[in-house]
Amino acid sequence: MNSIFYILSAVAIISTVMAITRLNAVHALLYFIVSLLSTALIFFVLGAPFVAALEIIIYAGAIMVLFVFVVMMLNLGPQAIKQEKEWLSSDMWLGPVILSTILIIELIYILIQHGRQPSGIIVIGPKQVGIALFGPYVLGVELASILLLAGLIGAYHLGRRAKAVETAKSPGNTKDNEKNAPSPPFSKGGFSNEIAEGESQ
Amino acid sequence: MTAIPMEYGLILAGILFSLGLIGVLVRRNIIFILLSIEIMLNAAGLAFVVAGSRWGQPDGQVLFIFILTMAAAEVSVGLALVLQLYHKFKTLDADAARKMRG
Repeated sequence: MNSIFYILSAVAIISTVMAITRLNAVHALLYFIVSLLSTALIFFVLGAPFVAALEIIIYAGAIMVLFVFVVMMLNLGPQAIKQEKEWLSSDMWLGPVILSTILIIELIYILIQHGRQPSGIIVIGPKQVGIALFGPYVLGVELASILLLAGLIGAYHLGRRAKAVETAKSPGNTKDNEKNAPSPPFSKGGFSNEIAEGESQ
Repeated sequence: MTAIPMEYGLILAGILFSLGLIGVLVRRNIIFILLSIEIMLNAAGLAFVVAGSRWGQPDGQVLFIFILTMAAAEVSVGLALVLQLYHKFKTLDADAARKMRG
């Protein structure tokens, strides 16, 4: 059980490192999906099978697919990878990496000073989670539904407004019109709304 | 069966969180910034589940479900904003949007 946890941790860390250093966005997303799958297995090992299933269904299934759709819709070519290569120079990443490493080393030092507390001894199934979710946390469930509604309306609004602005702008001043003319028609409209709607149901 | 020490789970969550923080600080592509925010949210959820597993209570998993909900709402709005930014500036550079009312 312990060695499974360590192997999964190593896979999660390595795939996350790969995800934040890739130049191609699709490669980064696929590495992050590997990281999410190993995190789901860690949840399973820790005795939380319901959350492990949710991690795969919602995170790896819905949210990452949304990312992949948007990356495909942006239609980035090889020049985007070249630009990424220019942006990812060593003087750019050295400072943040050193500072974050100092922070994580301090955190690890503080955590391992205390004694080892066992975890994952008992399995907490979906039934207990459901009883807690709709018992003492029912107000949180209502707030989460309001948040999802706000996300739905926000995505709908952001998707719609560009079309309205573009059509309002096109009969107006010609300079703006020329600048906007070669842009492809807005195909985005109902897309992210549909996804958000699917998630909130 | 030996139990996994809670500290190791929390250290893993901390390492994943700091990797996400490095991603936010280093990358300039706005899609990678959103992806790194997802990494950080996932690490916070992992810390909650580890802590809930330590005391054998379902509260950690409930908090993870709330974090999942928030991540779903955040990513739908964030990706709509990314599409807007790309159609307006024709680039994914986060620095392109530094001017207000530009």
